[in-house]
Amino acid sequence: MSKPKVAFYWCASCGGCEEAVVDLAEDILGVVEAVDIIFWPCAMDFKKNDVEAMPDKSIVATLLNGAIRTSEQEEMAHLLRRKSQYLIAYGSCAATGGIPGLANQFSLEAILRFAYHDSPSAANEAGTRPLISSTQNGHALHLPQLREVVRALDQVVDVDYYIPGCPPTPKLTKAAVGALLEGKLPPKGTVLAPDIALCDECPLKASKPTDLSFLEFKRPHHVVIDPEKCILAQGVVCMGPATRGGCEAVCIQGNMPCTGCFGPTSRVRDQGAKILSSVAANVGPREVGEIDEVLSGIPDPVGTFYRYGLAKSLLRRKASKRA
Amino acid sequence: MNDRPWEPRIVAFFCNWCTYTAADQAGVSRMKYAANVRTIRLMCSGRVDPQFIMDAFAKGADGVLIGGCHPGDCHYGEGNYKMLRRFRILQRMLGDLGIEPGRLRLEWISAAEGDRVKSVINDMVEKVKALGPLDLPGQFQSWDREVMTEAEAHARAGHQEAK
Repeated sequence: MSKPKVAFYWCASCGGCEEAVVDLAEDILGVVEAVDIIFWPCAMDFKKNDVEAMPDKSIVATLLNGAIRTSEQEEMAHLLRRKSQYLIAYGSCAATGGIPGLANQFSLEAILRFAYHDSPSAANEAGTRPLISSTQNGHALHLPQLREVVRALDQVVDVDYYIPGCPPTPKLTKAAVGALLEGKLPPKGTVLAPDIALCDECPLKASKPTDLSFLEFKRPHHVVIDPEKCILAQGVVCMGPATRGGCEAVCIQGNMPCTGCFGPTSRVRDQGAKILSSVAANVGPREVGEIDEVLSGIPDPVGTFYRYGLAKSLLRRKASKRA
Repeated sequence: MNDRPWEPRIVAFFCNWCTYTAADQAGVSRMKYAANVRTIRLMCSGRVDPQFIMDAFAKGADGVLIGGCHPGDCHYGEGNYKMLRRFRILQRMLGDLGIEPGRLRLEWISAAEGDRVKSVINDMVEKVKALGPLDLPGQFQSWDREVMTEAEAHARAGHQEAK
């Protein structure tokens, strides 16, 4: 009997999720033993044509990482959806938009203007911009189109499972691949990680006070964080209370606050709204001026509360100016 | 859609003990005020989850009004202060996401201030009218037109494979 076919693909991502697969270390040999990797552009030489030639649903599972922000990524997502029995959003970008989703704070025009003209490092005297179609020495060149909106994978195609994380941990990846091979899969749409907030597995949980009262917010580079004390209690925004656990608090163990990459638990619709609610309600003062003074320690609420989740938030992106 | 001129839709979250009672008083006193507000009664302004506010905007509200007890008068002691603190940063964050500060308003209205319910609602309706429609559902639709549906993708793939 032939081995189950598996594909890996990347869209708008940094390559960290590919690293996460390699981080399985020697366990990857077991995976390679058990499956046939038929497509993995980062590591193996298969082409899009090879995938197109396969019968529909002939790939057991595709682990797709990265957000969807170009026409090419969109096309590949549709292709892999069609060819796969299970399409898995692998990593924060595919699951919730991730860091690329922060581009949803700006219009496409503003992004292109900055990248090609206004950024201090831009050397572009001719004012060149990438064109979707152009001709060079008689050769036609086509480039993918950048979309106005950065999307999570399930905002473009139907997704079966989610493995969160920036990047997902080897342990979760291994558990997911194991469940897939043994056919022990939870209901469709499940996030393959524990459904409880990170605080539950945080080693500093015992030092979290029942009543927080923020008199000041500090950013991680402003303070030396005490490794023995709840990071929120030290006045540094930690996304732990509004973030799904399962990472085993790796950032906390590295003496850094949680930034929220695992997304919300199943009971929460909007992770940023929830942490804003919790953090702001626990500000100490009662007078507007003093409240604002404390909250000025969070200069970028969107980037802080939606670092990985803007694309999947209730508002999705910055509203356009109305005509 | 019909031909009636656009009228703002405002979702109001009023606390049971003060502002909702005041709205009730405005009603039984037959005060007339703009009909653009849909009121939702909650036990406390501290119960207003920022998710409710964002959801209201995402589902088509042009403005969100929150009414609670005056500082010091919260039935539960602290709820209105919690709302105030959330409001201060939420309004700033919504501004960063293109939702003007005037679309989110927090007011302290005691149970005896039915006339203030009237004046606040009338004032807010005027101000949101001046801002114009937010229409996030319409924006979502227009954003989504830039991507293919699965049916379109399927049809396109079939066409390519046939070539």
